[in-house]
Amino acid sequence: MSAAQMALDRVSVSLGPQIALANISLRIDAGERVALVGANGSGKSTLLRTLHGLLPAAQGRVLQAPGVQQAMLFQRPHLLRLSALNNVVLGLWLDRARGLRWGQAKSLGLQALQRVGLESVAQQNGRHLSGGQQQRLALARAWARQPDVLLLDEPTASLDPHAKREVEALMADFARDQERPLTLVWASHNLGQVKRLATRVVYLEGGRLMADLPVADFFNLHLLADVSPAAHAFVQGELS
Amino acid sequence: MNTFSDSVLTALRLVTSFDPALWVVVTRSLAVSATACLLAYGVGIALGAWLAVSRFRGRGGVLVGLNTLLALPSVVVGLVVYLLLSRTGPLGFLGWMFSFKAMVLAQFILVVPVVTALTRQVVEDVERQHGEQWASLGAGPWMRGLLLAWDERLALLMIGVTAFGRAISEVGAVMIVGGNIDGFTRVMTTAIALETSKGDLPLALGLGMVLLVVVLLLNVLVAGLRRWGEQRPGRPDVHLAGAGGAP
Repeated sequence: MSAAQMALDRVSVSLGPQIALANISLRIDAGERVALVGANGSGKSTLLRTLHGLLPAAQGRVLQAPGVQQAMLFQRPHLLRLSALNNVVLGLWLDRARGLRWGQAKSLGLQALQRVGLESVAQQNGRHLSGGQQQRLALARAWARQPDVLLLDEPTASLDPHAKREVEALMADFARDQERPLTLVWASHNLGQVKRLATRVVYLEGGRLMADLPVADFFNLHLLADVSPAAHAFVQGELS
Repeated sequence: MNTFSDSVLTALRLVTSFDPALWVVVTRSLAVSATACLLAYGVGIALGAWLAVSRFRGRGGVLVGLNTLLALPSVVVGLVVYLLLSRTGPLGFLGWMFSFKAMVLAQFILVVPVVTALTRQVVEDVERQHGEQWASLGAGPWMRGLLLAWDERLALLMIGVTAFGRAISEVGAVMIVGGNIDGFTRVMTTAIALETSKGDLPLALGLGMVLLVVVLLLNVLVAGLRRWGEQRPGRPDVHLAGAGGAP
């Protein structure tokens, strides 16, 4: 069994008066590709933000193995009115733990842009790129920080089919990287993408974890109906 | 009607002949307002960006107070600065009363809330939408405030222009703390008030025309910047009041 990189131990999260996550326990092992699925408001984004430390747990513990680095990608990346390269370099420069100088960060930034196929637009204003290119640029910004775990909040939800495929291919590429394979945890409404990419699926409903299964089991509807009727109903509804 | 048309013609002659008496006043007005706005711009942007990203007890009250100061009457500012700078006031030792510095201080106090409140609004809107992404990248509140303020520099430039419009067109504060001394603290708005009361309408009208042209140019600049900003892909809409505040 792989080493646990992150874990939630009976975590509950409140957003104002509303309980967004209730008593969630979850373990993320190195090399896993965990898809979080569920309807809007089910707690997928909250779970990602809690794992990333953007939201505090009201109860329970958020655990992370020593030395594990994580980065997060959002549905609509915010890029500054700078060149694509400088957006990546700024992301690296803000990573105080690494203490990179601007020159060093620039060299790494170029590598990251090459990794996502954006080296030709390195000097273009990040805001002037297409939606798909902006998401790839945000991926480069995240990847350049050399994370062990990449958290992604519906990374392809606002993209056209072509851009979706590009981003999905990059996610798969990062996860299967020979030198530095990334653990992926992402929220998605796209069950096809989940089937193609995930090794494990976590189903959330109303802030509760209703199913946590290997991808093959999750899409085995007979099995799913027995294990989690709620998840079964969701998948059937999505597939019908 | 004849008086009015004669006054307009005389005023036009004064403006186009670069009458020294008129242009000294115009230059001083521009210098006072530009200095006050530059100082207020530096302070207001830093303060506004900080308010946009910081969370502390009583912040709501501070914001209500700040927004109230947007409508600060210039005569009240003049009165407060007068009390501060008067011989027996806490800043009386500076000896600034009825000077260029006193007028700059009054206009600075008048426009700092404008720059601060508008900057806070602009940066906070972006922070609300995207702040967590920058927090995720490791930017603390101060760094987020600076980065987002820098990214919204076009909107902040417009705020500067708006603040300048408020400063150059006010009369109450500079009248009280400057004293409208000829050749020393007389600026466009105080000169207009004085010349009108004396019945020298051509000079008052000439000054009024210059003041209008200055405010007009500022508004043209704001409109141009806004259009330029909207035409660029990915720019947010910027909705700010035009230049030219209440006197």
